[in-house]
Amino acid sequence: MNMAKNKTILYALILAFTFVSPFVFPNFGTQLATLWLMIIVALTWDMTGGQMGYNSLGNIFFYGTGMYVAALIAIGLVYDVGDYTNAAGGGIYKFTDLEYFGGMALGVLGAGLFCSLTAVIIGYLTFGLRGPYFAIGTLGVAIAAGELVSNWDWVGGGQGIALPVYPGDLDTGKVFFYFLFAAIGVSVFVFVKWLYGTRFGAAINAIRDDEEKADAMGIHTLRYKLYTWAMAAFFVGMAGGVSAFQLIHFEPLESAYQTINLGIFMVVCVLLGGKGTLWGPVVGAVLFHLFKEITWNYLLGWQWVALGALIVVTVVYFQDGVMGWLEHKRPEWFGIKVEKKIAGETE
Amino acid sequence: MDQILGNIGLLFEFPVVNLKIVLDGIMVGALFALAAYGLALVWGVMNVKNLAQGDFVIAGGYVSWWLVGHGFPALLGVPVAFVFMWGIGWVIYKLVISRVIERDLFTSLLATFGLAIMMAQIMNLMFGSDTQSVDLDYDVLYFFDGFIDVPIAKLIGVLMASALAAGVIIFMKSSRMGQAIRATAQDARAARVMGIDTEKVYAFTFSLNSAICGAAGAIIVMVWVIQPFYGIAYSIRAFVIVTAAGLGNLPGVIAAGLGIGALEQYGSHIFGIGYQQAIAVMLLLLVLLYRLIQQRRNRQVLK
Repeated sequence: MNMAKNKTILYALILAFTFVSPFVFPNFGTQLATLWLMIIVALTWDMTGGQMGYNSLGNIFFYGTGMYVAALIAIGLVYDVGDYTNAAGGGIYKFTDLEYFGGMALGVLGAGLFCSLTAVIIGYLTFGLRGPYFAIGTLGVAIAAGELVSNWDWVGGGQGIALPVYPGDLDTGKVFFYFLFAAIGVSVFVFVKWLYGTRFGAAINAIRDDEEKADAMGIHTLRYKLYTWAMAAFFVGMAGGVSAFQLIHFEPLESAYQTINLGIFMVVCVLLGGKGTLWGPVVGAVLFHLFKEITWNYLLGWQWVALGALIVVTVVYFQDGVMGWLEHKRPEWFGIKVEKKIAGETE
Repeated sequence: MDQILGNIGLLFEFPVVNLKIVLDGIMVGALFALAAYGLALVWGVMNVKNLAQGDFVIAGGYVSWWLVGHGFPALLGVPVAFVFMWGIGWVIYKLVISRVIERDLFTSLLATFGLAIMMAQIMNLMFGSDTQSVDLDYDVLYFFDGFIDVPIAKLIGVLMASALAAGVIIFMKSSRMGQAIRATAQDARAARVMGIDTEKVYAFTFSLNSAICGAAGAIIVMVWVIQPFYGIAYSIRAFVIVTAAGLGNLPGVIAAGLGIGALEQYGSHIFGIGYQQAIAVMLLLLVLLYRLIQQRRNRQVLK
């Protein structure tokens, strides 16, 4: 058995594909960047949803908040935010290269940190909720945030914010954003792969399996839940920050706090790929993104119906996902040894 | 800020404005309460949290709107929407809901969310994304020197909603099927042992919920406007009301519906109409937090 060697080859192949894909498929630069975004949000959703058993429908809150925080930091470093949003991208505000990239770096980092902080605060209030109430509560937080921001004129209200365009060649910009998303995505994967192998991973799995028992065993459950959500929020916030610069213009309800788009897609990705597995969210995100792009191109008008149908079918008929199905069919790939038992035989 | 204070001042300067807001709130709340009661029914009986609740309402509205467009009288829309949505509810139950009943709580939430997306989009493709309404040629009644205007159409709407609610209450209390539904809600296993066909009860309950929503939608289209994507607003309010009132508590659901209708009208009077959706969601969060604090008190340990 040279599973380890096979795995190394697999990882090397994926990493190589990550590096060459924007150059091999130059026409799909934005789609590939979006694919990484889906992988990031799916992997981070699985941290709480799959591994810890807390199904949040409000992780999109961190994406939207990350967008706004990153944009506000980048603008606020150079100009007065109120004046800038009042002009609604009027074009009188110029950014030098240093201001653009410096603002982006600080903004994206600030977005991640700010989202971690809000995750701790919101989590402190909502983690007492169990099951569907937690899902509805977090969904409520995301919807409320979108509605409140769209009434807040200082950050552009319902119009949203227009950020400066990438200075330089447009195609280079696409590759640049692709690699930003890919870098965050690879870091998330490496991070969760390490995390699930530690005591911390075992603790959050214990919370998923039986929270009362975990509590009784001396695991400080609230603290673990808050840390996990804060870590997930950090990555989602950063991804949101990068999205803000990639999209150039964004507005609160449709692109930032897009509850019924990305907010649900991430959950479907995880369910499609397999909840609570390491590779499930990645596989699910790839499959879902392919399905979405194909229906968007060939089923114009019916794409949302197809998507809704995919959600229903996945949830109702195929909830173990691809990885769950594989684990059942090919347990030896997962290092699970199955004793073949002949029917009627007793031990 | 000045505007908000001014709006609050207005309430004290002209007390009659309060009356108008409360009246409007009760009218809105009566229809919310119908959708919420259906949700409470399905939630309580088969433990399914239906996020497509609002889309059933909108679909019922479109049934009535389509009928009026083809020359039928508007009031006929309510019973037709009731029957039509009963059928739709039954089909959806057989295809989707019957398979999520025994599953964990999150499954039904997500499956019905997918359903909500599908229904909203199909209605969008069939009827377009414009807002639609059915115009009833009734007068408007004026009270207090024209300070309060009550369109007779709204009055009829509220009366029909109350009649529907009363009908459902009597049905649940006295009919054999109503008894079977209540028994299944209490303990499905015991009900099965007693010879109740729970599968039939589930199908009936879900169809009934869908029909109630459809009738509510047919009333709404006469009083306000509908649009394919307005469903989520009704779903959120239904969840607020049920979370506040609890399951299996019909008077509570109606009271919470009316109260939330009034609170929302006050909120949008004070903060402006743009905050209406935000206020509904904030109410949901407040109710959840209140429940949480209540639970914490119950869960205290010995020290």
